[in-house]
Amino acid sequence: MLTYTIRRLLLSIPTLLFIAFVIFMLLELAPGDPMSQMPLTIPPEVKEKMRLALGLGEPWWVRFPLWLKQFFIVEPQYWIDSAFGTNFADGAQRIISFQSRSPVFDTISERLPQTLWVVGMSYVVGVAIALPIGVISAYRQYSVFDQAGTFVSMIGFSVPPFFSGVLLIVIFSVNLGWLPSIYDTTHVVVDWETMKFQFQQMIMPVMVLALQTTAQVSRYMRASMLDNLGQDYVRTARAKGMTESVVVMRHVLRNSMIPVVTVIALGIPSIFGGAIITEQIFKVNGLGQLLILALQGSDIPMVMTITFLLAVMIVMLNLVADILYGVLDPRIRYD
Amino acid sequence: MKLKAALMGAIATAALAPMAFADAHEGERGRDGEVKIIYWQAASILNPFLSGGTKDIEAASLVLEPLARYDSTGALVPFLAQEIPTVSNGGVSEDLTSITWKLKEGLLWSDGTAVTAADAVFTSQYCMDPEGGCAQLSKYNGVENVEAIDDLTIKITFATPQPNPYGPMVGGQSPILQAAQFADCLGAKAPECTEANFGPIGTGPFVVTDFRTNDVIQMVANENYRDPNKPAFASLTFKGGGDATAAGRSVLETGEFDYAWNLQLAPDVIDSMAAAGMGTPVSAFGTLVERIEMNLTNPSADLPPETRSTAAEPHPFLSDEAVRRALSMAIDRDLLVEVGYGQAGRPTCNLVPGPEIYASDNTGCLVQDIDGANAMLDAAGWVDSNGNGIRDKDGVELQILFQTSTNAVRQDFQALIKEWWEQIGAGVELRNIDASVFFGGDPGSPDTFEKFYADVEMYANNFDGTDPQSYLSAYTCDKAPRPETQWQGENINRFCDPAYDAMVAELQQTADIDKRGELARALNDMLTKDSMTIVPLVDRGRVSAHANSLGGVVLNTWDSELWNVADWYRTGDNR
Repeated sequence: MLTYTIRRLLLSIPTLLFIAFVIFMLLELAPGDPMSQMPLTIPPEVKEKMRLALGLGEPWWVRFPLWLKQFFIVEPQYWIDSAFGTNFADGAQRIISFQSRSPVFDTISERLPQTLWVVGMSYVVGVAIALPIGVISAYRQYSVFDQAGTFVSMIGFSVPPFFSGVLLIVIFSVNLGWLPSIYDTTHVVVDWETMKFQFQQMIMPVMVLALQTTAQVSRYMRASMLDNLGQDYVRTARAKGMTESVVVMRHVLRNSMIPVVTVIALGIPSIFGGAIITEQIFKVNGLGQLLILALQGSDIPMVMTITFLLAVMIVMLNLVADILYGVLDPRIRYD
Repeated sequence: MKLKAALMGAIATAALAPMAFADAHEGERGRDGEVKIIYWQAASILNPFLSGGTKDIEAASLVLEPLARYDSTGALVPFLAQEIPTVSNGGVSEDLTSITWKLKEGLLWSDGTAVTAADAVFTSQYCMDPEGGCAQLSKYNGVENVEAIDDLTIKITFATPQPNPYGPMVGGQSPILQAAQFADCLGAKAPECTEANFGPIGTGPFVVTDFRTNDVIQMVANENYRDPNKPAFASLTFKGGGDATAAGRSVLETGEFDYAWNLQLAPDVIDSMAAAGMGTPVSAFGTLVERIEMNLTNPSADLPPETRSTAAEPHPFLSDEAVRRALSMAIDRDLLVEVGYGQAGRPTCNLVPGPEIYASDNTGCLVQDIDGANAMLDAAGWVDSNGNGIRDKDGVELQILFQTSTNAVRQDFQALIKEWWEQIGAGVELRNIDASVFFGGDPGSPDTFEKFYADVEMYANNFDGTDPQSYLSAYTCDKAPRPETQWQGENINRFCDPAYDAMVAELQQTADIDKRGELARALNDMLTKDSMTIVPLVDRGRVSAHANSLGGVVLNTWDSELWNVADWYRTGDNR
C-alpha cells in the first residue's frame, strides 16, 4: 500500500505540471485584458504603462516559469519564514494579484474560512441527509418514502441555485424579514447571540447547496444499495438468522459505500472551489466569488493559482478515494 | 472669467452648506453609530493610483482627499486647500504655466502627524514615476515640476500654458498620499506595499481598520479629522460584491444597508423596489453619453489587415453623410430612454452634455423622422434596385453590422434600432461582444472597439472633471487607431478634419472661459449635428439609493459619490 501511494504521488508531479501549463496557456490565449475594467477616461498610453507595470510586457515563456518558481519556491519560503521566523524568501517577489496588487495567497487564506464554513457545512449536511435517505429508499423501494425521496432529489437536480437562492431570499428576507439577505463576513461568534446570528445568515446558503449535494449522493446511495440487496450473500446472511439491522447496516451498507465514497471524495475539491453562483447570490465572499471576480477582471495570477490549487486537490483526493477502497473492501489490494 | 465662475461656485457652496445642516444635525463626532454602504462592485485596493476602477477610487475617497473636489454642480470646492487658486487671486500665474496651492493650517493625517507640502510633492513623484504604472498619470499631463515653497505652499509648474490647471491633486481620482507611509513604494515597488495600499493613512473622515480585498472594508471615524463635529458616524462598513439588483434590494427593500451605489437596473425594477418604502432612489446627470459611433473606414474582411478599417479605405456607404444622417433620424431617443434608463436618462444630441457652458443647444435629433430619413436616402440615390428589401447604390448594399458590448440594456437598444433602420431600408446584423474583450484593447483581438471591424458600434463614454478639452482632443486625425499605433487611440471613428484639428489646437491655447465654451460647443457640433460621425442617444445619469433614515446625501457625478460622507447623518427615530 505504501509503495503504491508513493508511486502514485510521484506520478502526480508530471500530471500537475502539465495541468499548470494547460491552465496557463488557456488563460494566455483567451481574450480579455486586465485593463478592460478601467474607465475609458484613462488614455490608452497610460493603460499601456499600467500593463507593463503588471509584467505583461514579458512573453509567456518568461512568465510561466516565473509563476512556477513563485508558486513552488517563493511561496513555501514565505510560509516557512512566517512559521519559524527565518528569512529564506529574502524579499523575493510573491504571486501578486492584478486587481488588488497584493499576494494572492493572502487573499485566498482570507477567503478560505468563509468557504469552508458555508460550503463545507452544506456538504456535511447534504451528505448526512443523503445517506439515510438513500439507504431507506433502497430498502423500502417504491414505498411512499422512496417516492418522496425521488421527488426531492429531482428538485435538487433540476432547480438551479440562482432560482432557489433568490426564491429563499424573497420569501425569508424580503417578505418575512427573518433572515439577512447579505452574508456578513466580518461577523465574529463570541456568545449565544452572535452564534444565533451566524446560524441565521448561514442557513439559506447552506440549505440551497445541501439540496444539490443531497440529490446527487442519495441517488448514488440508493442505486448502490439496490445492487447489493439482491446479491447472494445477503440471502445467506438472512438464512444464517441475522437480524435485518445487521444485514442492512453491516453487510449491505459497507459494500454499497464503495462507489459512494468515490463520489463524496471527488466532490470535496468543489467545496474549495466554492459554490460560485450561490456565493454570489448570498454575498458569501468565499473562494468561488473570488474566482469569478478574478475571471471577470482578467486577473491571471489569481485565476491561475486558484485553478491550480483545485487541480492539486482533485489529484490528491482521487488518490485518497483509491486508498479508501482498500480500507473498505479487503479484497482490493494494490501491491 | 472661468475662474470667477469657479470661485462663485465655491462661495455658493460654502453659503449653502450651513443651511443644509441647520435643522439640528449638529452634534459631536460619532453620535450616529454605524453607516453601511454597499457597492455591487467590490473594492480591490484603496490606492487610486494603482487602480483606475471607479469602485476603488470611490472607496479610497472615504480616506484620501485631494486639494479640491468638484461639488454636485461641477464647481470646485477647496478640501485640503484654503481656497481655489485663480488668476485673479494670484494663485495661477498670468501666463497659465504655474499654479500655487495653499494648504489649510493645522491639517493632520489620521496618525496625528502634520500634513505638509512635502506630502503633495511626494504624491506627484509617486504618480509620475515612469515604472509605477500610475493609473492617474493623465492628471499630471504637462507637469514639469512640483515643489514645496514652504510647509503649506505647493507650486506646480507646467511645461506649456494650461487653460485648465486643475489636474494634479484635484478630484477624487488624484488625492494626496502620506509621504511617510509610501516612501518605500515608489516605481516598481508600488505593488509590494500591500499594507499601505490596503490601509492608506489619509485626511478624510474615516480610517481603515480592516480591509478585505474584493469583499468588505471596515472603518471608524478619524479622530484627527479637521472638523471636530464630523463625521456623524462612529463607524462605517463598505461592503462590495454581488449585483446591482441585490444591492438595490438591500437598501430599498430589506433595509440592511444605508446606501447603494450606481443601480444600473431597469426603471420598473427600481420603481417596484422603491415601493417598499425603506429608501429613496436619487439620480444626477454627469457627462456619460450612450452613443452610436459610425465607422468612416471600410471594415470589410476582404481587405488586408494593413488597410482594413484604416483611413486608406473609406467606408462604402457610411462615408456618405446622407446615410449617417438618415440613420440618426430614424431613431426614437425618447423610447430608448423609457425602455432603458427611466429617470436615469434623458435623450441628447450632444457628445458633451454638460456642464452648461460647454453644452451645445443642439436638439435637432430628438424627434424621430422615418419618412424624412427615407426621403433623404431616396434623394441621395440609395434605392432598392434589386428588390431584396435593402437599399443599394452603385452595387453597394446598405447592409450594416452593428456591434456593442454584452449588456441587457444595450441588447434591447440594438433590437429597437435594428427595427427602425430596417424601416428605412437598411439591412442590419447585430453582434454583441463580452465587455472584457470589447474594451480590452488587445491589439491581437479582432473584436475590440478600437479596431472597429464593424460598421457602427454603441457604447458610453464620459470625461473626468468638468473640462472637455482632452475629451474633444480625442477626435483629431492622429488619434485614430491603426496598425502603426498597435490599434491604440481614442478616435475610433477615424474622423479626420483639418478644421477640427485646428480648432482643438486653438482650444488648448485659450484661457477665457466664454471663448472655451464657444469652441467646445463648435467642436461638439462638428462631430454630431454637422457630420453625424457620432450619433448621441442618451445622456445617462447615475441612480443610487439611500435609506430614508440617512440624511445629507448629495449625489455627485463630477467627483466621488461619497465626496461629502463627512456630512452624512442619521435622521428621525432611527438615531
